[in-house]
Amino acid sequence: MLSQILYALPFLAQGFALTLWVSLLVVVLSLIAGVILGVGLVYGPAPLRWAVRIFSDTIRGIPILVLIFFVYYGLPAVGVHLQSFWAAVLALTLFKTAQVVEYLRGAVASIPKGQSEAAMAIGLTFRQRLVYVVFPQAFRRFLPPWINGVTDAVKGSALVSLLGITDLMQAINQVIGRTYEAMPLYILGALIYFAVNYALSYASRRLEQRFAFIRD
Amino acid sequence: MANSSNNSPALLDIAEVSKSFGSVEVLRSVGLQVAKGEVVTVIGPSGSGKTTLLRCVNFLESYDSGSIRIDGKEVGFRDGGARQRRSERDLAGMRAETGMVFQGFNLFPHLTAAGNIMLGLTKVRGKSTSEARAAAEHWLGRVGLAHKADSLPAELSGGQQQRVGIARAVAMEPKILLLDEITSALDPELVGEVLAVVRSLAEDGMTMVMVTHEMAFARDASSRIVFMADGSVSAVGPPKEVLAAETTNERLRTFLARFRASHF
Repeated sequence: MLSQILYALPFLAQGFALTLWVSLLVVVLSLIAGVILGVGLVYGPAPLRWAVRIFSDTIRGIPILVLIFFVYYGLPAVGVHLQSFWAAVLALTLFKTAQVVEYLRGAVASIPKGQSEAAMAIGLTFRQRLVYVVFPQAFRRFLPPWINGVTDAVKGSALVSLLGITDLMQAINQVIGRTYEAMPLYILGALIYFAVNYALSYASRRLEQRFAFIRD
Repeated sequence: MANSSNNSPALLDIAEVSKSFGSVEVLRSVGLQVAKGEVVTVIGPSGSGKTTLLRCVNFLESYDSGSIRIDGKEVGFRDGGARQRRSERDLAGMRAETGMVFQGFNLFPHLTAAGNIMLGLTKVRGKSTSEARAAAEHWLGRVGLAHKADSLPAELSGGQQQRVGIARAVAMEPKILLLDEITSALDPELVGEVLAVVRSLAEDGMTMVMVTHEMAFARDASSRIVFMADGSVSAVGPPKEVLAAETTNERLRTFLARFRASHF
């Protein structure tokens, strides 16, 4: 049993690398898109606010699995053909982006109005007010839910195996298909996911402490 | 101190400013001229529009009609008559010409006392970090907080925070300083240290418009007192005139009587 698993380790490692790669892409892309749309939601003109609100509410109301299948199997009907890898990345990114939008909105809304006014009063422009006054304070509130979301992204990436992509989950299933050693291999898989997410949570706690400036 | 009746053009010229929040008229054709070096205190019952007027001067609030000029330049709207709001960048530039101190201090909690002062100096005035640091230390010294330069706001008392707030505003070398009930959120024993700073700025010739409930301060430190009621200027003049017990202004007399009853 052990030798079979050891034999499969390089294959599992490749799957694990793909899991990390998908997660990283999704986390980075959704952070960029989510912050841009989130700023639009908080400060944009009414039509933009509505558009972002509809996007976010719609996406968050759909199971992520439906979203993945929709992008991969549904979009070709309107002429958009994506490789399974990019379809998965797109679907997960859309899902994550909607969450980042909400984290950002909540974090920015928690900053008292007087902060922006004080920044206006010394003559800072809109962009400067965001960069030097609002975001540094909002960051502290944004971080904990966002890191939670990152661990969700790592776990959620297991769904891409359903499109036949050989991520960690799919690799494990394939090895089980050859060896019939379901129990030890699923335990191994669970441990790997757990280790990654535990490391992320730990890093997040350290980061939160670093940015915990006292406020009244 | 300059007198309102001299002929020098007003530094701040508020003319026929009106503003409504929905159906409530908060400012009704308010007019007020402030000359360079004057200290004008604005008093009046709550809801009389004092704070709103002050916030219109640096365009934290817009107004529906009338004009507000500083050094002849319309604050919130473009030059040339049409009431077209200035661009964000223009507004930022105009706002840098006025300083504001807030009732709730509104210090930036993630920056030190010096950092609060340096932000505007580096990002708006384009000073280098070392120049800004020197200016911050100078102004913190002026408000008696040289030793607190590296403290975060949360480590300071209310009175100290407000003095940093004043230093942050004056370090920008504004043409005019707006003070919005700056002692109202302070414990009574901390009010004195903040007013002392304002007084020393007045002695240096800083032009100020100050909304306040500190009658003794208004009486002793201002060139003129403006009494507002129901969104309009009900009385204006030197402290002795406005605060005279025998005033014929009914509203003012009621306000002063109520005030004396509750404060003395």
